[in-house]
Amino acid sequence: MSRKLFVPLIAFAVFLALWELLVWANDWPNYKMASPTDLVPAFVKYWELFLSMGWQTLWRTVVGLLLAVVVGVLLGMVMGFSRTMRDALYPLLVGFNAVPKATVVPIVALLFVGAHDFNTVLIAFMISFFPIAVSVSIGLSTLEPEYRDILRSLGASQFTIFRKIALPKTLPEFFGALKVAVTLAFIGTNLMEIVSPHGRGLGALFDSAKTNSDYPLMFAVLIALAFLGIVLYYVVVALESIFAGWAERSPS
Amino acid sequence: MNALIDIRDVHHAYATSSGPLPVLAGLDLSVREGGFTAVVGPSGCGKSTLTRLVAGLMIPDRGTVSLHGEPVTSPRSTVGMAFQNPVLLEWRTILQNVLLPLEIVPTRLSRSQQQERALSLLELVGLAGFEDKRPSELSGGMRQRASLCRALVHQPDVLILDEPFGALDAFTREDLWQIMHELKAREPFTGVLITHDLRESIFLADQVVVLSGRPARTQYVLDVPSDGPRDLDMLYTPESVEMLATLRREIQIAREGESADPAENARS
Repeated sequence: MSRKLFVPLIAFAVFLALWELLVWANDWPNYKMASPTDLVPAFVKYWELFLSMGWQTLWRTVVGLLLAVVVGVLLGMVMGFSRTMRDALYPLLVGFNAVPKATVVPIVALLFVGAHDFNTVLIAFMISFFPIAVSVSIGLSTLEPEYRDILRSLGASQFTIFRKIALPKTLPEFFGALKVAVTLAFIGTNLMEIVSPHGRGLGALFDSAKTNSDYPLMFAVLIALAFLGIVLYYVVVALESIFAGWAERSPS
Repeated sequence: MNALIDIRDVHHAYATSSGPLPVLAGLDLSVREGGFTAVVGPSGCGKSTLTRLVAGLMIPDRGTVSLHGEPVTSPRSTVGMAFQNPVLLEWRTILQNVLLPLEIVPTRLSRSQQQERALSLLELVGLAGFEDKRPSELSGGMRQRASLCRALVHQPDVLILDEPFGALDAFTREDLWQIMHELKAREPFTGVLITHDLRESIFLADQVVVLSGRPARTQYVLDVPSDGPRDLDMLYTPESVEMLATLRREIQIAREGESADPAENARS
């Protein structure tokens, strides 16, 4: 257990040391590349802002993600159970996913002008539901027919088959997709926070740091975002080990 | 008529993009109560379709499939199935896997009686002590044993086995043949076994049905003289060697009939 914590911490320390060394060796000024030691004053000076903006970013990302889970699972179920729906929806979804979300952000910002929370959640959702929908649909459509037959031959209903077999069997794929979706949702939230005027959240803090040429603060925001991303990722990992721990082979 | 499973003149075709593909054309099969029938035939001749018909997962285009004299029109919980792929649920323990049918089929047994029955089946197939393991911790042969327990836990009157030992190595397969005899001595089921293995068919069954090539009809029926439990030496008696030769000859005829089929030649 302590080893599990110790190894990543060492890696993190090595990363910071290399970063510091790189800046120091090149003698870069902080407006070119801030070094880790430049970040400490930024965190100290603005810690209250980091907490409130970080919270803004976090809750909107989580809400967007929850929305992505609901819609993604529903879409995945529809496509997993019906071949026709799969044929119909796949090209649409792929096309939708291929559109860079940076181009959608200004459209959404204009469409629902002023609704900053809503817009941010919407972009976080739009960017992250695709992997969930795809993985759930693949998980369901690749269910071996024998699994179905075992229960169907006993007279089980479609719903029972879904609850007892299809759903648990798809969980590992679902959590795999959720890990990807978590980081994507952060990108979505920040895109909107940076672009929309009078935005809130870490993205807005980044944008105002840029306006004020406070370069160490910009880098500090990046680190704060990375931190939030790591926290949320490990929340998903914890949920996975609770609900789909059986899929993990014990090391032997 | 004391046949428990009675299949009369069944015809069936699958719809494919290039028109209907007939798989069964005049299939007859009758299994007495407590009997054990093996079905052999060339690959892809419609043997698995037969299991789906008996299980009520499919309705034939023509002809009748009856259990206890009643036509089969939908799945019925008095059937147990095991396949080549043991299809155990990875997120459940072996015991929970065996108990699965009892969660669906109405049962008079209390929870503890259910557990007791599952455990005694597991013990019978040599899996005592493995009930709390996950399927991924077991070998292929052990998984297949657990799958047999699951197929029998709800006391079905018909047991359908679709090549359940096909993916196992020869020694494990022979172990499981013995276990099948032990199960048959204890559990009152009527069995249908789909197999490619002629030795397996005469060792386990009291009746071997040879199907013709696709579309399949009943080509030959062999009665295996049965006098209680068997052991593997039985396979090396002159009578058995003669039965195996007969079956091999019939399969040969079935396969030749198939390659002479003009529709088959047109497709390939």
